[in-house]
Amino acid sequence: MLIIESWLREWADPALDTDALAHQLSMAGLEVDGVTPAAPPFSGVVVGEVKSTAPHPDADKLTLCEVSDGTEVFPVVCGAPNVREGLKVPFARVGATLPGDFTIKKAKLRGQPSLGMLCGASELGLEDLIDGLLELPADAPVGTDIREYLHLDDQIIEVDLTPNRADCLSVRGIAREVSVLNRVPFNAPVVEPVAPTIDDTFAVTVSAPEACPRYQGRVIRGIDPTAQTPLWMVERLRRSGLRPIDPVVDVTNYVLLELGQPLHAFDLARLKGGIDVRLAQAGEQLTLLDEQTVTLKDDTLVIADASGPLAMAGVMGGAASAVSDSTQDIFLECAFFAPLAIAGKARGYGLHTDSSHRFERGVDPQLQEQAMARATALILAIAGGQAGPVVEVAAAQYLPQATPIRLSSARVEALLGLSLEADEIKDILVRLGMAVVETGAGAQDVTWEVTGPSWRFDMAIEADLIEELARVHGYDRLPTRLPAIQGSAIAEPETRLPARRLSDLLAARGYTEAITYTFVDPAMQAALAPTLTPLALANPISSELAVMRSTLWAGLLTTAQRNLNRQISRLRLFEQGLRFVPGAGEGGSLLQEPMLAGLVFGTARPQHFDDLTDGKPRRVDFLDVKADVEALLAVAGGSAAYRFEAAEQHVLHPGQCARILREGVEAGWLGKLHPGLAATLDLPADIYLFELRKEVIEQVSVPKFSELSEYPSVRRDLALVVPDSVPAGALLESARGACDERLRDIQLFDVYQGDNIEKGHKSLALGLTFQDRSSTLGEADINLLLAGVLSQLKQEFNASLRE
Amino acid sequence: MDNLEALTNQALQAVTDAADLRALDDVRVQYLGKKGEISALLKGLGKLSAEERPQAGALINEARDQVQAALDARKQAMSAAALAEKLAGERVDVTLPGRGEQPGGLHPVTRTRRRIEDFFAGLGYAVSEGPEVEDDFHNFEALNIPGHHPARAMHDTFYFPDGHLLRTHTSPVQIRVMENGAPPFRIIAPGRVYRCDSDLTHTPMFHQVEGLLVDEGITFADLRGTVAAFLRAFFEVDDLAVRFRPSYFPFTEPSAEVDIGCTHCGGKGCRVCKQTGWLEVMGCGMVHPTVLKHGGVDPERYSGFAFGMGVERLAMLRYGVKDLRMFFENDVRFLAQFR
Repeated sequence: MLIIESWLREWADPALDTDALAHQLSMAGLEVDGVTPAAPPFSGVVVGEVKSTAPHPDADKLTLCEVSDGTEVFPVVCGAPNVREGLKVPFARVGATLPGDFTIKKAKLRGQPSLGMLCGASELGLEDLIDGLLELPADAPVGTDIREYLHLDDQIIEVDLTPNRADCLSVRGIAREVSVLNRVPFNAPVVEPVAPTIDDTFAVTVSAPEACPRYQGRVIRGIDPTAQTPLWMVERLRRSGLRPIDPVVDVTNYVLLELGQPLHAFDLARLKGGIDVRLAQAGEQLTLLDEQTVTLKDDTLVIADASGPLAMAGVMGGAASAVSDSTQDIFLECAFFAPLAIAGKARGYGLHTDSSHRFERGVDPQLQEQAMARATALILAIAGGQAGPVVEVAAAQYLPQATPIRLSSARVEALLGLSLEADEIKDILVRLGMAVVETGAGAQDVTWEVTGPSWRFDMAIEADLIEELARVHGYDRLPTRLPAIQGSAIAEPETRLPARRLSDLLAARGYTEAITYTFVDPAMQAALAPTLTPLALANPISSELAVMRSTLWAGLLTTAQRNLNRQISRLRLFEQGLRFVPGAGEGGSLLQEPMLAGLVFGTARPQHFDDLTDGKPRRVDFLDVKADVEALLAVAGGSAAYRFEAAEQHVLHPGQCARILREGVEAGWLGKLHPGLAATLDLPADIYLFELRKEVIEQVSVPKFSELSEYPSVRRDLALVVPDSVPAGALLESARGACDERLRDIQLFDVYQGDNIEKGHKSLALGLTFQDRSSTLGEADINLLLAGVLSQLKQEFNASLRE
Repeated sequence: MDNLEALTNQALQAVTDAADLRALDDVRVQYLGKKGEISALLKGLGKLSAEERPQAGALINEARDQVQAALDARKQAMSAAALAEKLAGERVDVTLPGRGEQPGGLHPVTRTRRRIEDFFAGLGYAVSEGPEVEDDFHNFEALNIPGHHPARAMHDTFYFPDGHLLRTHTSPVQIRVMENGAPPFRIIAPGRVYRCDSDLTHTPMFHQVEGLLVDEGITFADLRGTVAAFLRAFFEVDDLAVRFRPSYFPFTEPSAEVDIGCTHCGGKGCRVCKQTGWLEVMGCGMVHPTVLKHGGVDPERYSGFAFGMGVERLAMLRYGVKDLRMFFENDVRFLAQFR
């Protein structure tokens, strides 16, 4: 909200300069976002009077003027269309400096001397409301410095209010705070009720009294449609960020800024029957002041007459009943709408107005009479007319009732860690407009019953009062201490992998962590999981970020696209985060599952002159990435706990795709990006991906020591020929199974196909290391073990020893 | 015997002249081998009389030792030279780049998050996480933000058609922790949060760390002390200016915004702090009694504080990152700066 400093100081004027005042407001919770001057610097401009005008002899659009600055008269050539004899205008004399460091010099325009310049608003850094010169009121004193006359040496303070401080959405509200904080008088202007001079009224019914506990209306007849809003009011509106429109609307806006009470004026001639404040019937239509037609919902409060809805109550008036430049008779509305009746309604129609902003946060329910009087007086003063009596329909039972709150000095100390004197507590609350009644005074504790003022909607519980005490006392004057450090009695279980272990391991292996949006492009999501209906946002920020990912690959592939477009030739990325699978959770709910995923592209290792195959760096392949996954699994329960099996899934190359299982439970996937998908995504084909379910892999067991053997180990190699279709992993597993614990290690050290091997077969060379814990293995023991292995493999895979 | 001296000199000369180990060995064989010339003299001693024998023997032994010493010295010199030559041939240009994988790194958000977690872990806080797709109750209602509360407008919430939403803060974790445990509570809840807002200074997803301490006798002073200690530790500035401004969050009362003296200009006023000398870094307050009740905690017995900070905001200040959006573009040239 924009607050004009000079206006504020009329109400409360502490001995603080602008910066100190702004700082004080910020530190009291009314955050000042900025302070800007009302006008940029300029000098030498006074109120001038055009004494006479004559056409320029050599230019159609120029006028020769004689302009008085109060002491002298100067010839001035002027090009503005609205220059005329008798007009009072800002006059920049020779030597004046205008905004933008523009100095006025003696000049000749088409041969005619010009000593100075008549100014339009924009030439003084103000906003042009009309095309041409800024027309000053006829009573403007000629010769007065224009900065002084228009109060341009003024500051506009922008206050960013929190939603609880609706009471500060006006000059009156901020001034009240300033007065409390500085203990200076609160100079609220006295507003006398305007006595009616005519008897005219317009009937008012309130059918929804809970939503509208107080409605006041009055008829004003015979206003002058040609009246102009006075310059001082125009300037205050402008500086507060509002555009002047016509005197009646300007006055209602002015009272809104000054007192915080939104008002609305209807053109009386366009009203039929009587006013009814009621809920809309679903489907009723209303064309608003901004020309948009809305279809009303039945939870929306409207001001209606016999012909239908006239205005959306507390939000915006309707176009049909609006005051126009021919309006002579008006019906002025000043109401208290209940915050809950207005809250969220404007937003529901995509609207947000100064009025809805205030009503939904809370307008002082005792303010209407005063605001009505203030607005009436201003309208009569500016546009004339005769006011009728104020008609009020009120339902006292629905007006907000401040309930007394119990406050105890002991609680103040318990919450703030500061012992405030009972006198200070009471003093602060009273200054804030609260009614304070002492209900008990013990040695340790004083208690009160405190009732908040009608303008405070945020005083409900004791903590609210304590915050007010802290705020006015000053947060920076409150004590500080560090609570005693408390050692945690629960150690992290060793059966759960520490959260950082996996990411640290990947980082050490050359992977860089990415963090991508969890909402992704529906096209990407569909490409990765065509059969899954993803969780879609109702209000995505853009159509490219519209559905929740069901795999972290969505973000990693997008990241790859972006980096490859930036000429990055090698990528090793990982991400940790949730994936979202509708229906896959407990009881068919949404599954939000923590995953760890990786993407690899480019050379197997960083390019190096001495690490080349056939003169070129080797490209990464399936087994490179598998080694990284195995490294993860090695710390995540040990590789032996996991099994890789050839499988197929949509994203991955059917021949280079592994499903990873842990005791039959899917732990994740690893493979090469499917070439078809690579083409669709405009990505190179040799991208490798993995994704692991963290909850499966993070379960680990506590290491259990086993005795180291003192006896020598013996290695035997077996070269076996098996059909091509036999997976090496199955062969190794089977060989392991054929031995007891004396098999200490088994290595696959060669895979061969070609000469001397029957077509459709391959040779796998196994290195088996045997060792016993309690004795040296003899040749006979070893041969027995080997025979067992061979017989098992023969039976299971038709394996034979290579000739 | 007469020619012993000449023979010795001849042998010594031969040692000197030997070009390599093989030639040197030939010299050894020629003079000191079983059939060597000096060895032959020793064998000839028997022909001498018993009186002459000791003196002649001593002379021959002396000559033999002299030649042997020369041979040893020469051999050692030759070995040293050979080794030096071999090693010279094995020289590596130590300025050549190393071969193999280099480390990658953690995202700056993770790096910052860990820094925050480690500080609070030291104060006995445990890390808690919660779902990102939340229900209205945990994200709003339980935090004292009912349906039409104007504060909801500040949150720019992403919704799903069934009424669920993407959490707008990690504060719902507070509620979940309280629901599932008993006080005292000391937790921090780091994680992703979402607001439907995207411009120069907002991304629709970002990270927060929420902290909660609930115990008997916890006051606003404890909150101030904890937050100030954290900020001073995080920025490693012992006398960092920290100020608390009254503010408003529906789930805390009293509430405060926390500002620190601008880390860029030291509080003098600059572009980063918009000439104010202060940077807003986090929000905090005493947990609202209604929130404690929603978490099943008796507000008459327990009090507590909560705070919430933006991880990206702290990372930007700490590392001088100027554009928030870079965190989620994942340009590896950016990420590599934080490994």
